[in-house]
Amino acid sequence: MSNEGVIYRISGPVVTATGMNAAMYDVVRVGEEGLMGEVIELHGDKAVIQVYEDTSGIRPGEPVLNTEETLSVSLGPGLLTQIYDGIQRPLATLEEVMGVFITRGVDADAFDLEKIWKFEAVVAKGDTVESGQVIGNVQETETIVHKIMVPPGMHGKVKSIKSGEFNVTQTVCVLDDGSELQMMQKWPVRTPRPYRQKYAPDTPLVTGMRILDFLFPLAKGGAAGIPGPFGSGKTVTQQSLAKYSDAQLVVYIGCGERGNEMTEVLDEFPHLIDPNTGKPLMERTVMIANTSNTPVAAREASVYTGITIAEYFRDMGYDVALMADSTSRWAEAMREISSRLEEMPGEEGYPAYLSSRIAEFYERAGRVETLNGDDGSVTVIGAVSPPGGDISEPVSQGTLRIVKVFWGLDAGLARQRHFPAINWLNSYSLYPQSLDQWFRDNIAQDFPEVRTQISGLLQVEAELQEIVQLVGSDALPVDQQLTLEVARMIREFFLQQNGFHEVDAYCDIHLQYKMAKAILSFQDAAKSAMANGGQLNDVVNVPARTDLMRGRFEKGYIDTIEGMVKSMNEEIADTVEEN
Amino acid sequence: MSGKEYRTITDVKGPLVFLNKTEPVAFGEIVTLRLSNGTIKNGQVLDTSDDLVIVQVFEGTAKIDRESGVTFMGDVFKLPVSTELVGRILDGAGRPRDGGPQIVADEKADIIGAAINPYSRQSPHDFIQTGISAIDCCTTLVRGQKLPIFSASGLPHNDIALQIARQAKLKGSDEEFIVVFCAMGITAEEYNFFRSDLERTGALENAVLFVNLADDPAVERIITPRLALTAAEYLAFEKDYHVLVIYTDMTNYCDALRQIGAAREEVPGRRGYPGYMYTDLAMLYERAGIVKGKKGSITQFPILTMPGDDITHPIPDLSGYITEGQIVISRELHQQGIYPPINVLPSLSRLMGSCIGEKTTREDHKSVSDQMYAAYAQGRELRGLVAIVGEDALNERDKQLLDFSGVFEDKFLRQTRDEDRSIEETLDLCWSLMSSIDTKYLVRLDQKWIEKYHPENKE
Repeated sequence: MSNEGVIYRISGPVVTATGMNAAMYDVVRVGEEGLMGEVIELHGDKAVIQVYEDTSGIRPGEPVLNTEETLSVSLGPGLLTQIYDGIQRPLATLEEVMGVFITRGVDADAFDLEKIWKFEAVVAKGDTVESGQVIGNVQETETIVHKIMVPPGMHGKVKSIKSGEFNVTQTVCVLDDGSELQMMQKWPVRTPRPYRQKYAPDTPLVTGMRILDFLFPLAKGGAAGIPGPFGSGKTVTQQSLAKYSDAQLVVYIGCGERGNEMTEVLDEFPHLIDPNTGKPLMERTVMIANTSNTPVAAREASVYTGITIAEYFRDMGYDVALMADSTSRWAEAMREISSRLEEMPGEEGYPAYLSSRIAEFYERAGRVETLNGDDGSVTVIGAVSPPGGDISEPVSQGTLRIVKVFWGLDAGLARQRHFPAINWLNSYSLYPQSLDQWFRDNIAQDFPEVRTQISGLLQVEAELQEIVQLVGSDALPVDQQLTLEVARMIREFFLQQNGFHEVDAYCDIHLQYKMAKAILSFQDAAKSAMANGGQLNDVVNVPARTDLMRGRFEKGYIDTIEGMVKSMNEEIADTVEEN
Repeated sequence: MSGKEYRTITDVKGPLVFLNKTEPVAFGEIVTLRLSNGTIKNGQVLDTSDDLVIVQVFEGTAKIDRESGVTFMGDVFKLPVSTELVGRILDGAGRPRDGGPQIVADEKADIIGAAINPYSRQSPHDFIQTGISAIDCCTTLVRGQKLPIFSASGLPHNDIALQIARQAKLKGSDEEFIVVFCAMGITAEEYNFFRSDLERTGALENAVLFVNLADDPAVERIITPRLALTAAEYLAFEKDYHVLVIYTDMTNYCDALRQIGAAREEVPGRRGYPGYMYTDLAMLYERAGIVKGKKGSITQFPILTMPGDDITHPIPDLSGYITEGQIVISRELHQQGIYPPINVLPSLSRLMGSCIGEKTTREDHKSVSDQMYAAYAQGRELRGLVAIVGEDALNERDKQLLDFSGVFEDKFLRQTRDEDRSIEETLDLCWSLMSSIDTKYLVRLDQKWIEKYHPENKE
């Protein structure tokens, strides 16, 4: 048998070829147009192939060519700022080649192979290098140094190495066993890149979103799931995270989502400034855009393409955040292919291996000691789109079993225009224990206690609300009415955040702490005023409190907030004298 | 390779015909079947291999027997397109239905339609004024958007769709839309209602109708919207028209999809609908948009009736995940005699943010819309409370909000079927209605807009 076979059967994205030497996950070229596909099943001499492009018009009898490689991504300088489809073809190149509609049979290099980069060697002739060791640097964008590493599995003594200007396919280093190293390397997407060991996370991924950082923090190297029905703000949340989180690199996967929304991201990102470095956001971003009407097999591959790129940057010692919006579309792609393969279905028609695939994917997150001894992390944040918002379905459940942070979006909150519509009662994070030390050392000694007080108030409010539903708020004793008022302040002043407002969209974590303290301060001042005969109505309506609450939309709030709290407290104290 | 007729049918099942054959047939190829009584039917290849070919027959498989001849046409399904399409009425498979001549094609376009490269799209940002306050203020429509109407049986979604088709215009421009109307499995009565309304207003001359009625073959419904969108793409991206595609009823389309899935013995997903329904619907809905370097645009208005008024049913649910928002029609409002009975609370326009504001609608639009929405939402919630504790238990703020929710429905939502309110009229109306609430409770309004637009400050 040779590496060339013929098509036997075509059923949508699934093609069967015969007479071909094939191994699982080999990449093949299907038909006369050479459509890209991947072997996913073998039966005797029949190989079942999932094809990444539309198969209309392909006939049995056309040739199939096995490339005998598995699906791989190209890794090297030039990755950043790129916008790819699910199989790492740059969309800009595709537009040049085939115009505005994505047709098929076109191959494109992942990045410019001819572009000259300035390579600076950091090892010398005679040095012994290990797998993953950095042999040189390339300043890829203003903020990011692209470290050129010895590909995993290779090591030896450096026979020759030179700094200078090269393109990514030229040899920059030769080892004593004769192997030549280029700046570009390839890695199969379905295999996690190796590392020495995984560490427990101890640093939060600061996102600038109050409800996330303060109540439900995510650790660098952790995994979070955001399930929510349509219209509850998953995409906006994911995009805010991509914009403002303090990861050094961001990989954003738009998986099976809306074309117009993807375009909005593509239009918007190049103009955004990273609040942490002051440089264009795009310089630290790789995007994978795979809209809902592109072939399912490419959608299935897109999350693997993304996470492999993320791992590659992790290996350089960076903190990488990966957003996948939405993993449900990925799971549905698996379901669609599985049903074409006539596999025995598990729950709701999803393949039985769904939960293990989800687990494998999220397990590729983590904070690790890289092969070269550096410390890097991949944080994965996956959106889930459960049908009807019901998270008892298999994708949500498979995700919740593995992630440690759950940010539950709520249609009811979205309907009240409370954004981010993250439900504070059912969301959770299992990281506070491991992160509290960081918060104490870097923000404030009493940070965890303040968090407990705030979330406690919200909990009490939920219980009181049940009574209010029955008897109205006037029937409650005044101290409970005050608690409701404080909780309302938490919701409207602290938890709500306008993702589109130039100031409010990103909230510094120090400011978050100050705002939380301001709320507690209001509570204390109000309590003591009311103990001395102040009226709840007067206390609540002091003008300085309104100023304090509106202040978060003004620049420099972090400096003015303490003054505002002070005037609020004074005005509250004054209400007693008036009476 | 066309011309060769096979008589090798082995099985016929539902809309599917199975045959053995010798020569290779392409996936997606168009097929003609000649029955022994001379009738011609059309179909498309769903599965092809050296041993077996499965053909999906559009017109139903009645009278097909093992003697019927099958010819493979050597090409995938294509629609002849030209500007002559405008003003014509075609059937669900693209044949003239109005007694007119065949369409003379400028070109033949593949009806599957390739995906638009997201990099080549242009973000939609042109405000479309529909003249319906609830839509313009709260779920603003943008050119290039796909905004479905989630309705249910017995509700006036057709009137709303027609009113939008009639009144939709770009603010400050007389540019007309070409309406591409795609009927899938609707009754002859509904169809006549649409047609006569389009005729009455003269819109028919600027419309293309693709009509598959309830008694037409169900399988044909699979291609009807694809034909309509292919025509729309041609008119928008080749001929620079702004196209408004209305299709009704998506629920019938999805049921046809399920019918074929069942006949193929596919593993069913939720409620028996095929697992690939999301992808399939996306391939229709995603054909909306604007493309860089082209003047035209496609805006989509799919109408779907939610079975049992259930928004979590797979059809509205999957649609909601693909479309850029939804307009939800409420039975409760309809029963109160309010037209249009749009429930703004679950309705949403995801692209609204990009098209409202100082340059396009008015500077206070965002604030006003948020405040109207919030006040109405709170007012509606209070109705539940009042039912238990009575109105007397409410405080002053709650009383005002409760009253507002009634006024909102009666004055803001309610309008006549030919009332075309401009966006300024709509926003001014909002201000005058909101003035019934004490200003200090209007927390979502910016102070500067209150000073400028509040009726108290205007005089």
